[in-house]
Amino acid sequence: MSKKKTRRDFIVIASYSMGAVGAGAAIWPIINQMNPAADTLAMASTEVNIGALEIGQALTVKWRGKPVFIRRRTEDEINETRNVAIDTLRDPQSDEERVQKDEWLIVMGVCTHLGCVPLGQKIGDGKGDYGGWFCPCHGSHYDASGRIRKGPAPQNLEIPPYSFISDSVLKIG
Amino acid sequence: MKSSIPKSQFKNPVINWIDTRLPIFTAVNEAVGTEHPTPKNLNYWWNFGSLAGVTLVIMIITGIALAMNYTAHVDHAFDSVERIMRDVNGGWLIRYIHMNGASFFFIVVYIHMARSLYYGSYKAPRELLWILGVVIYLLMMATAFLGYTLPWGQMSFWGATVITNFFSVIPFVGEPIVNWLLGGYTVDNPTLNRFYALHYLLPFVIAGVILLHIVALHRFGSNNPLGIDIKSDKDMIPFHPYYTIKDFFGLAVFLAVFCVFVFFLPNFLGHPDNYVPADPMSTPAHIVPEWYLSPFYAILRAVPDKLLGVLAMFGAIGILFILPWLDRSPVRSAHYRPMYKIFYIIFIINMLGLGYLGVQNPEGIYILLGRVCTAWYFIHFLVVMPLLNIIETPMALPKSVSDPIFSSGSSGMAPAARRSKK
Repeated sequence: MSKKKTRRDFIVIASYSMGAVGAGAAIWPIINQMNPAADTLAMASTEVNIGALEIGQALTVKWRGKPVFIRRRTEDEINETRNVAIDTLRDPQSDEERVQKDEWLIVMGVCTHLGCVPLGQKIGDGKGDYGGWFCPCHGSHYDASGRIRKGPAPQNLEIPPYSFISDSVLKIG
Repeated sequence: MKSSIPKSQFKNPVINWIDTRLPIFTAVNEAVGTEHPTPKNLNYWWNFGSLAGVTLVIMIITGIALAMNYTAHVDHAFDSVERIMRDVNGGWLIRYIHMNGASFFFIVVYIHMARSLYYGSYKAPRELLWILGVVIYLLMMATAFLGYTLPWGQMSFWGATVITNFFSVIPFVGEPIVNWLLGGYTVDNPTLNRFYALHYLLPFVIAGVILLHIVALHRFGSNNPLGIDIKSDKDMIPFHPYYTIKDFFGLAVFLAVFCVFVFFLPNFLGHPDNYVPADPMSTPAHIVPEWYLSPFYAILRAVPDKLLGVLAMFGAIGILFILPWLDRSPVRSAHYRPMYKIFYIIFIINMLGLGYLGVQNPEGIYILLGRVCTAWYFIHFLVVMPLLNIIETPMALPKSVSDPIFSSGSSGMAPAARRSKK
């Protein structure tokens, strides 16, 4: 029984390898069919009329099946978010980086912890300890810039791609 | 040649003919019949294995009936369930049996596991038997979660959202994996469809693993309340009729309690928010899991960090897989382990505490209590269990299963005397 590699060894290894590749190729479509389908992927955009929104008011719209929070912030809220020392934040970002227009904060209404919709949009909702949003599921607090301040969430509320078509029309997506 | 064919033992010619060619009657007889020797001292805690099997059968039968009337589409799912409740003949009964059956399946399995923990049934040589049981338990949790999504109520939707988001903690590929699980960016119609397909599949996978569980069980036979090895045939009785009749009696008691819930308290174990249709734009103020997942939800919330919280939660279940190697004490039954018996009771109370905390609002004293109970859960397995083997002195074990029966009461000296003779 010599340990010398023979041509037969090569054939055996090559056969097993081909078998493995073939099995993988056959399984892939079964796995891939579970990925988002073409119609789901087609990234729809939403246009929102924000002309009627007064200062201090908020609006929730649906985009890609998820809520988007639009908040027309008060002077106090803007000042408050800008007076925070950035390096004390869990996910350091200045408020200026997170908005296009000072008054308008547009963020995904999806908690970065486990995907619940935070409270704070409706009148009468608790806004959490930092004047933004509070997630009831596991107690994450966000400030008026949508930044995570307290609780288990690891990141600030995500900012969707958006642009202002005019002063009163916002396009998300 | 003909005479060399081994013939089946059965007297009935038809059964004999079949069993000679396909030994299914022999297999059944050796599994739950007269040919399956069982320790004669099993108490009622040993009823819950077969009860779990019966519950699975009830769940599969009612589940198939529900599937005939259910529509897996986000626009119709909730209504189709309401139609089952109101219009389908006996639909309310079938659904209430299935709903409460899930809860009772977990009650039975939790008692089954607690019995194993108390009597050390997970110890050598039954480690794989225990591990297969934990696999069944994991599959049960997955199946229950998938099934809870199907009525498409608020709790269905947000439960599905939170649980699929657990996977977003995986570095780099977390987000793509969540989208792959959901088939989109949120829980939506593709999610409901695949959850339905998997909810139908998994019970049969569970049935397959149960077969392996039983094969592993029969390799060394049942453990017993004394936790000692069976040494002679005198310590054994055939499964049938002794334990079949005992299991049937237990089943009757179980079904009586089960029927109280099905007929008089059908929604006691559920959450009223799941009778509100799913709304992707608003999360209910208090989302809570079903009670049987609550302890693990409490562990998730006890850790104020997303990644560590999810790891702690999965770790709490994962730790069960290595339990046979954490507990090194050679004595199986807590009956002869005075210290373990105390820690066992503390563990059970702690587990009930976690279950209670998992459905409370995470604020005030509940946060602290949640952390204490979570810490103790891990301390119990990782510190107490290995340590007990060193500091605990187990009591003397009886020589055989028959020993304590014949020697107790009249002469307490007997076991010691007999042992010294040997």
